[in-house]
This record gives sequence, structure tokens and C-alpha cells, in this order.
Amino acid sequence: MKISKMPKGPHYEISEDHQGAVTVSIFGSMDATNAGPMIEALSARLKKYTISSLTVDLERVDYLDDFGTLVLFELRNMMLHGKAAFQIIHASDKIKELLSILDFDSLNEQIPIGKKRSPGIFVRLGEGAIRQVSELKYSISFIGSIILSLIYVCSKPRSLRKNDTILYMQRVGVDGLPIVALISFLMGLIMAFMSSVQLQQFGANIYVASLVSLAMTRELGPIITAIIVAGRSGSAFAAEIGTMKISEEVDALFTMGFNPILFLVVPKLIAAVVMVPILTLFSDLFAIIGGLIVGISMLDLTVNSYIAQTIKTLTLFDVFWGVLKSAIFAVLITWVGCLRGFQASGGAASVGQATTSAVVSSIFLIILSDSIFSVILRYWG
Amino acid sequence: MTRKPIIQVRDLRVGYGDVIVLDQISFDVFEGEIFVILGGSGCGKSTLLKAMIGLIPPQAGQIILDGDEVSTEDEAQLQGILRKIGVLYQGAALFGSMTVAENVALPIEEYTTLPTKSVNTLVRMKLGLVNLQGYESHFPSELSGGMKKRAGLARAMALNPKILFFDEPSAGLDPITSAELDDLILHLNRSLGTTMVIVTHELESIFTVAQRIIMLDKQSKRIIAEGDPRYLRDHSQNPFVKRFFNRQAVGEGRKEKGTR
Repeated sequence: MKISKMPKGPHYEISEDHQGAVTVSIFGSMDATNAGPMIEALSARLKKYTISSLTVDLERVDYLDDFGTLVLFELRNMMLHGKAAFQIIHASDKIKELLSILDFDSLNEQIPIGKKRSPGIFVRLGEGAIRQVSELKYSISFIGSIILSLIYVCSKPRSLRKNDTILYMQRVGVDGLPIVALISFLMGLIMAFMSSVQLQQFGANIYVASLVSLAMTRELGPIITAIIVAGRSGSAFAAEIGTMKISEEVDALFTMGFNPILFLVVPKLIAAVVMVPILTLFSDLFAIIGGLIVGISMLDLTVNSYIAQTIKTLTLFDVFWGVLKSAIFAVLITWVGCLRGFQASGGAASVGQATTSAVVSSIFLIILSDSIFSVILRYWG
Repeated sequence: MTRKPIIQVRDLRVGYGDVIVLDQISFDVFEGEIFVILGGSGCGKSTLLKAMIGLIPPQAGQIILDGDEVSTEDEAQLQGILRKIGVLYQGAALFGSMTVAENVALPIEEYTTLPTKSVNTLVRMKLGLVNLQGYESHFPSELSGGMKKRAGLARAMALNPKILFFDEPSAGLDPITSAELDDLILHLNRSLGTTMVIVTHELESIFTVAQRIIMLDKQSKRIIAEGDPRYLRDHSQNPFVKRFFNRQAVGEGRKEKGTR
């Protein structure tokens, strides 16, 4: 009995004698392009026979690579399941060499791919807790080393990397100004617009100026600025330090005798603490301008009366309070950004995680510390 | 020579913007041979390699890989060319978020219709071939430099490409690992008939694996030597080539010029 089949690539013949000895003769090449279809077709066809032994004739195979070997392997496996004998005949020397390199004879005995067993829930909880504690320890020791470095810089101002500090001042402050100004301006506009609808009903148009200026200088100005800086610069700090960490640049700094914190963190910290309050002042200013535009165009206020009302409402304390908060926010953003960067390890994915985590944690810390400030102000002021 | 050329480079000029790194480069690589690109540091070896695999478009000239021009605009044709090649990058370029087995399985799963179980067997064979059996579920960050290289090689030849490119395969490896890698290269070349293009300046490796070399020169931006490395070492008249193969510094080379 002879059946032949002509698929696109290699083709093969299957012949059977009366004792159930089946011979498969393969022609052409057995490679990556046809191994998949061949395994499928051959196993489907061979199922139709009752096989006592299978002989694969490779005499007319002109190319065989490890994909071809895989086909032979699958055939042998089928025979093993059906308890039939399996042999390969007429393999050229080249094929024999390949089969021996690939350890074809003992492929079955090799241990299957060991999956790392996923640990149970308690193990994972425990691991998580241990990780959290060690992370907490690291964060605290990180604060300690920043403070030590700052003290060192105070005692030896020459050790501060001035060029880096100025560069970061430009990146955090000057480069961030347009977006901070635009968003604050729009915020002022929105606030004035929303409040005017309500206040107009009482004829209290002029208090729009009070509302915008007070809300912006005390709360929203610092927060908006801090969130923008966290997104722009906190993420950049984390990504920069994280990439330096995984490409061993941080180690290089260390072995060259530099303190990585002094080298990488302190310039960023000083730049942020100087620039974020200035950005906040700009944010206040642009929000008031936004409110002013709504005031004069929709509420029939004059420029003079709006400005006079703003000055009357604001005390110096309000402005200082906002600026103080923004300086604290700047410290938090830089601390978390750099911390996450230093925690990155392994590959590219960890830098991504560090960046995400830097932004999310700094926004959280900004809001958290702002609420603490509100409580302090309530009982103190 | 009866063998047919599988890579043809003709009057190639590559560079970055206004800086021309290589100019008027022409050579052939024949099917099934181990071809080595040599040269001093900064002479454009890696640039040439990148041009050959289509990462840098040439400024002039053409590169033909197995009958197809590399610098093509046709996306489908480019895909076809890329299927014929595998590249082992200097740092192995394994994906850090995947295990070694997943790294190797990625192209196999993408481009073949093999069932998952067979893919796993195949991955095991590939890793066995590079002596990494048992490391399937390790992440690249858990491997040593030499193991990363071997895993990268397993991934590069996942689909048994016709041509394998190696960028500094033995850089950063100890002599034993590096010799093993050379053996592996020879073995694969012999058993699968894969054409290998290797960029290196490891002398030992060159004499072990290279069948033919070209040497690039930084000053003239051209090829200054081509042929069998052993022959060039003993017979080349070019002082740079002699110094290179005999590992001499510039000053020393001049002094000893007459002695060899």
C-alpha cells in the first residue's frame, strides 16, 4: 500500500507492510517553514495505521535542521506512546552529526523545563512584608545620607556641583515655567468663572478676586505647581538615576570615590527647593491674571478695583505659607524621585516602574503633606 | 570559487549626517563561510554591520542580502530579508522582562505554527545547543556575561537564519568561554551551513574561526586588506595589517618592521 502526499515544501511517502511496520520516507528539506504543518499532517495520517514499528527514511532529505529534528522527535514520541519501535535510516553524516549535537537520543530523558513554583499566599505575604520593611529602612537611611551630604555641602560649599545645580534649576524652573503659567492661568479663569455664577446672585462680584487670590496662594498654586513638577522633573530624576543604576554608572561613581548622593541628589534637591517656590509665585500671579480677565470681561469690574480687592484680601502670611509649602513639596518630589531611581535594578522594565512609582508616590505625598499643613494651620493660625 | 555570494556590498558609503565613516566599500560574502570584519577601534566595523542588517540606511551604494536589496522602502520585502538573518548583539540584548526560554521562544511562536509543547522542546534543544540546558526559567539579569551571550545566540538562531551576524562575540568573555563560543560558531557553521559575519578584534578567535576577513582602515575609510587571515599575517606588505596581526604598538611596529 502506498500513499503519497505533496504539500508545499517537503513531501513524504508512507508505506506499510503486513506486520504493521510503517516506513515514512521524507523528501526535500525539513526546516522552520514546514516543521509545524509537517508535524500536524504526519501525526494525523499516522493515527490511521496500527503501527508496530516506524522507520523514517531520510535518504532523500537534503536539508535538516533542529526544526526537522523536532519533527523526528515528535514522531518518536508518538511511537513511544503507542509502544512501537522507532528508527531512523539512511541519515547522512551531516544529519547524524546534528542529531548528536542536539542529543537527539537522550532528549526525552532531559528534565522538562522547570517552572519556578509560585509560592503560596502566606509566603508571598511574608515576602511582601519583609520587602516593605527593608524598603522603609532604605528610605530612612536615604534621608539620612541626604542630610549628611547637605551638612557636608554646607561645611564645604566647594563640593557642590554648581554647574549641575544650575542645569537642574533651568530644567525644573525655567523649562517648566510655560506649562505652569498656562495651567495656572486657566485655573484662575475657571475658578473665577465658576464662582462668578454663584456670587453674582448676591451682587458680590468683587469677591471673585478674593476667592481666586486666596485659594490660589494658599492651596492650589503650590499643589498645581508641585504636581506639574512631579510629572516633569520627579519622573526625569527617577528615570535618569534608574538608568545610571542599571548601567553601573552609579557603581562607577562610587568606585571613583564620589558620593553618589552628593553627586546626583544634592544638586537636584537644591535646584528644586529654589525653583519650585518661584514657580509657585508665578503660578499665583498667572491665576490672578486669569481671574482678572474674567472679572473685567464678564463681571463689569475694573482692573483697579480687582487688583485693590486682591491686595486687600491677601496677607503676606498667605503668600509665605504657600511658598513654604511648595519648598517642602520640592523636597518630597526630589527625595521620592531619586529614591525610586536608586531602587531600580535589573533591566529596562524596572526603570519604567521606578518612574511611575516616583510620580505616583510624590503626588500622594504632596496631597498628604498638604492635609497635614491644613491641620497645623487650623490649630496654630 | 564555485560558491555563490550571499551578501554583496557595492560602493557602500555610510556615515552619520556629514560625518562619513566608510566610503567605497565593496566585498562579497559567500554562502556558508565564516567572514570576519576587522579593524582598529573606531574604524566603523559596527557601523558597517548595522548598515548590513538595515539599521542604518547607506548614503550611497547598495547591499544585497541573498538576492534582495537591504535598503528598501518596501516593508514586506524588508520583513522577508529580516527573516533570513539573526543578530547577536554585543550586550546580547535579551529582553529583561522575559525568561531565557521566553526570549528564545518569542520568534518561534511568532513565525511558525508549531504547537506550544513542540516549541518548548525546540527551545530546550536550542538551549542545549548553546550549553544552557536547565536555565530556561532564569531571567537575563540572573545570568553571567557569557551565559547571556549564549542565550542571545540561541535567540538569534531561533529560526535558523541563513546568515548570522555577530557584534564582538567574545568581548568581555574569559578565554575559556570565548574559545567555547568559537567552537560553537564553527560547529553551527558546519552542521547547519549558516553563513556567519563576525565583527571582532580578538586575534585568537580570528585565527580559529575566520575563513576570510576584510580589514577596514580609519584614515582612508576603505578596505585595506582582504583574504585569509593567516596568509595576511605572514605576507601582507601593509604595515597596519602587519601590526594588527602581530599585536604591535605603532612605535614598536616601526622598529621591528624588518625583523619579520
